[in-house]
Amino acid sequence: MRPSTLCLSLFSALAALFAGMLLHAHGRQATATQERAGRVALVRSLGLTDLCLFTEARYTRHPAMADRHAAFQDHPMALDHFPSGSLLAPPQFPSPHAPIPPAPSQRP
Amino acid sequence: MRPSLQRHRSVLDFALSSLLRRKGRNLALTAVYTLVVFVLASLVFFVQALKHEAGELLEHAPDMVVQRMVAGRHDPMPASQVDAIREIRGVEEAEARLWGYYYDPVYGGNLTVMASPDPTLLPGSARIGRGVARNMRVAEGDMVPLRGYDGLPLLFTIQQVLAEESELVASDLVLLTPADVRTLFHLPEGLATDLAVKAGNPRELATIAAKIVEKFPDARPILKAEMLRTYEAAFDWRGGLMVVVLSSAILSFIIFAWDKATGLSAEERKEIGILKSIGWESGDVLLLKFWEGAVVSLAAFLGGVLLAYGHVFFFSATLFEHALKGWSVLFPRFRLIPALDAYQLTVLFFLTVLPYTAATLVPCWRAAMADPDSAMRS
Repeated sequence: MRPSTLCLSLFSALAALFAGMLLHAHGRQATATQERAGRVALVRSLGLTDLCLFTEARYTRHPAMADRHAAFQDHPMALDHFPSGSLLAPPQFPSPHAPIPPAPSQRP
Repeated sequence: MRPSLQRHRSVLDFALSSLLRRKGRNLALTAVYTLVVFVLASLVFFVQALKHEAGELLEHAPDMVVQRMVAGRHDPMPASQVDAIREIRGVEEAEARLWGYYYDPVYGGNLTVMASPDPTLLPGSARIGRGVARNMRVAEGDMVPLRGYDGLPLLFTIQQVLAEESELVASDLVLLTPADVRTLFHLPEGLATDLAVKAGNPRELATIAAKIVEKFPDARPILKAEMLRTYEAAFDWRGGLMVVVLSSAILSFIIFAWDKATGLSAEERKEIGILKSIGWESGDVLLLKFWEGAVVSLAAFLGGVLLAYGHVFFFSATLFEHALKGWSVLFPRFRLIPALDAYQLTVLFFLTVLPYTAATLVPCWRAAMADPDSAMRS
């Protein structure tokens, strides 16, 4: 057998698997509503606001409900103590490079 | 077969035999390349699926949650505020939510204790999430002790363990009756943790929020759009972990491609020289190198993407578990629903396959332009 025949067969198999992957994803999406029904019912009845992904601290368990500075809540640029905090981007403001506003007595 | 196709097949045959001559090197190269694609694709699939799931689920979350802030911190809300908010025009429904956190000193896990409005939940009973049942090693009918505010244990009978498919939202939940939650946390009647508001017309939400803040300056309304944005931001491309993994992977890939692009081995130069001296055109040499690059990069791309899909959607992203788990004692087990994005797959393809193929062509083009005699002598 020519090496190119073997190679093309291998790529055809990989392409078929790739198409199968897309079809599988499409199929799971089609049945997702049914699969999600239990979760949706709980979210609706209890009024849940967050996903249960990181349970180590209150501000990682409920990031949408956490204090304004969470996950860096001790002070705005404080590093988080937990590895999952690395998934959350630090707040934009106040920036450490922002100019310090003059004291009220020094204002014109 | 058409002559042009026949020509391509012959060149592919030659390219494959050339790759097989340096079997060890090319296999190692393909393995590293596949690994880079696998890590990038796993991350893209995982983040995309989580973002999609968060969007789908939080679509059913309350339109707005109103908290009371005292000294910059969330504080229980008096019933008088709840009633006043209910009176605001445009508010269709306002439910006081009663919930809190409970640290279990035995297992070291943080639980979310919540009052359930379900009347079938009996006093002294609890519905618990799968994660809680797994950690505490309890089942339906067992008793669980929770330490009350005064340090005394309160015993609850497990009425139900929540279904497995609810783990993504309820793995750490302990649902009790409102009276039991008040007893456990010593929350007096007339106080609620926060308020879930439903607006008749969602477009009026901003106006309702403004009216709430005007009436109660210590209130903090959190709109559903903000909850969704929190997850968008957490799993965004700009997110911390994404940036770290993506930048290091892309950087290592650029170094790898640059190394390929900056030069050919003496053996490869000699090979090109010989091919040209026996009558190969520069175009033929470039076609040969294009096929070599395409075989390696396509195999790595398809293999890496397929492995990533299996890793994320069949094996629940086991390799990311430690990073996600962090310090959590209680970790949900969930199977994500794939949310493949054609745009991201295309970006991944262009980020991986094209640079490599281009990187292999440039030095070959230089060598193919050189005089065959000098190429063989070098």
